[in-house]
Amino acid sequence: MSEHADLNTVQQPEHPAEHPGYGTFIKVWVALLILTAGLVGMSHVSQTYAVWGLLTMTPLKAGLVFYFFMHLKYEGPLLKIVILVTLGTLLIFFALLFSDVAFH
Amino acid sequence: MSEHVHRDDFGARLGMWLFLVTEIVLFGGLFIGYSYMRYKYPVDFHHGGAELNATLGVINTVVLLTSSLTVVLAIVAIQRAEKKRAMAFLSTTLVLGVTFLIIKSFEWAAKFHHGLYPSAPHLATLPPGEQVFFGLYFTMTGLHGLHVIAGLSVLSVMLWWVATDRIRPDRYIHLENSGLYWHLVDVIWIFLLPLFYLAA
Repeated sequence: MSEHADLNTVQQPEHPAEHPGYGTFIKVWVALLILTAGLVGMSHVSQTYAVWGLLTMTPLKAGLVFYFFMHLKYEGPLLKIVILVTLGTLLIFFALLFSDVAFH
Repeated sequence: MSEHVHRDDFGARLGMWLFLVTEIVLFGGLFIGYSYMRYKYPVDFHHGGAELNATLGVINTVVLLTSSLTVVLAIVAIQRAEKKRAMAFLSTTLVLGVTFLIIKSFEWAAKFHHGLYPSAPHLATLPPGEQVFFGLYFTMTGLHGLHVIAGLSVLSVMLWWVATDRIRPDRYIHLENSGLYWHLVDVIWIFLLPLFYLAA
């Protein structure tokens, strides 16, 4: 995906790196639609596939939106750290809850 | 002309992201609650999911993903000083956002018709897990719907500001921040689709 972005920035040398073109985002959108189709397809196969689809494709889709549509790819480290700390905190809460649930 | 105007676009984006962090934690808490309840009532959640219209859920996903694309394309258009194109993209986003709400209202109306709404007498006759499922369904999709309405309101103002040149190629941070909000609304829906509509 980053290769596409690089190609795109080459086409518009007046805006290096920070201003991607229309093409980059349209490709990401197509990827999001394909992942959605994959997610729906997997949910029809079996419950196990559905859960795996949920655990892999959904974060991947969210990641694409964060990274490209929300421009995190083009931001400095501070904003990325803010997001990672937030997601890490949620993950800790998630792990704490299920470590408790597992021993009930 | 020589008047100094203080501008800090990065600061503005950081502020927006900090606000978005609170939104992530708000919905994150609900997602954690959902996970625990699904773990506790797997069969009831399966039955609850079967009651929902997965086709409408998927259509609404495509609608929101596309609206996210048009917002980000509007920003590209503004950067390239293509004002009319930016307005067209933003108008498309608004139409798609309203389409999402219309589909959602049809879906909710069908649920209400089947006696499925918060505190409904019929709901009380269902197993506890299904009651929890529909409680979470209405809370989370309802809260998400309010965010869609808020996002549409803000983006309507952005369209007006683009039209009146308040948002320009050299100054479009408001549009960027509004776009960030709209994308987060999209991300939340990305999670709601498999958790509710594909749960069966």
